[in-house]
Amino acid sequence: MSRLAAIAASTALALALWQALVVLAALPPFILPGPARVAETLWASRALLLEHAGITIAEVLIGLALGAILGGLSAIGLAASPLARGLIRPMMVFSQAIPVFALAPILTLWLGYGLWSKVAMALLIIYFPVTSSFFDALMRTPQPWLDMGRVMGASRARLMWHIRVPAAWPGFASGLRLAAVYAPIGAIIGEWVGASKGLGYLMLLANGRAKIDLMFAALIVLAVFTLLLHRAVDAACRRWLDGRAVG
Amino acid sequence: MPAAMPPALLLDGTARIGGAPLFGPVRLEAAAGRITCLLGPSGVGKTTLLRLVAGTDEVTRFEGTIAASDGAPLAGRVALMAQGADLLPWLDVTANVTLGARLRGTRPDAARARDILARTGLSDHAHKRPHALSGGQRQRAALARTLMEDRPLVLLDEPFSALDAGTRAQMQELGAHHLLGRTVLMVTHDPGEAARMGHAIHILTAGGIETVAPPAAPVPRPVDDPETLAVQGRLLARLRAPA
Repeated sequence: MSRLAAIAASTALALALWQALVVLAALPPFILPGPARVAETLWASRALLLEHAGITIAEVLIGLALGAILGGLSAIGLAASPLARGLIRPMMVFSQAIPVFALAPILTLWLGYGLWSKVAMALLIIYFPVTSSFFDALMRTPQPWLDMGRVMGASRARLMWHIRVPAAWPGFASGLRLAAVYAPIGAIIGEWVGASKGLGYLMLLANGRAKIDLMFAALIVLAVFTLLLHRAVDAACRRWLDGRAVG
Repeated sequence: MPAAMPPALLLDGTARIGGAPLFGPVRLEAAAGRITCLLGPSGVGKTTLLRLVAGTDEVTRFEGTIAASDGAPLAGRVALMAQGADLLPWLDVTANVTLGARLRGTRPDAARARDILARTGLSDHAHKRPHALSGGQRQRAALARTLMEDRPLVLLDEPFSALDAGTRAQMQELGAHHLLGRTVLMVTHDPGEAARMGHAIHILTAGGIETVAPPAAPVPRPVDDPETLAVQGRLLARLRAPA
């Protein structure tokens, strides 16, 4: 309960500082609206915000799911095959030197203005953290477990499936936790570059029309969603790992 | 208990890591159906020696022979009993004990697993995960897993070293009771353990292998057997003497 109280107090303090800044600097609403005005807009435009948030949430969740699956499979493939490690890892590291943001226009060109260019963007941004943290964990299976498995006569595939993968789930989970925070960034970048729906699109539109209160309202919706997503993924991972007593 | 007489195990040669000699030349024989204890200071290569026999060491080069006395290959006839801490934490006791079958893609023999769990006193804990067990219970589970594998040759790598003194003594008795009849090579750094459990006792040093005469009493020897205590003292003196 004291933690909840701390969060409430911190929120109240932030709102007070925000309001104080607006009043003391005498900022007009088209530069920085006060919290009360943003809250008003949040409520008044709730239907609009929800409609666009729905699109963004769909992009993020699909991107997150695809990124988790692709990242998971890639990590297992890399861990299983030294040849794949030799050939593909340098490519993956090089790809990280390219700012993902710079790819957004190309993805829009290739995949169009719809949902999939944003899903691809979210996927691209989370693929590396998921793959790399799962891969690292797969390469760090405790030696006694591997020895035990080999002496028991396990094939490489069964060693992977029964020992290395279950032992590496905590690493996969920490990749997923990061991905939950990154995926919305990817989707928003995608929407900024070219979209006709979504919170990122709405923010650009509101900004262009000097509806700063609406822009802030969209920003708050996005931030709250990202926080909730992170908490949900974290809670799911925790429950799942605690259930198997690892992590 | 294995049906047929297990083979003896012979290791004869030199181990090197990256050109630098680790130990050897040494000649070590683990007699058929007996417990052979290998003592030695840390870092002398005891665990490496076990891993070479188990076929899990990919770094060390061994020049010489590691073979069973019946001439058949070792692969598939060796079980490794490690510390209880090496149970897989996400599997319950039963699943840990039957892990070998699943790793080989065969159906675990549930009835045998139940029988072995009963014999090792784990029936009430069959569905607990390792974190819910005491150190002694975890060690029993590791023993049960080894028995489930039912191999003629068993390698033990300091299995009881993490246990408190009382539990350790108990596990030594339980281990000896269940493993007798197999060819057991046990690495330990505890002279008392070697004195209680070894039909034969060897000390691995940088200079080679020394053999110490074991006490006369049958294995597992009582903790307070005077001759066992005397041998324990002699072993400790040998371990402390500069090589």
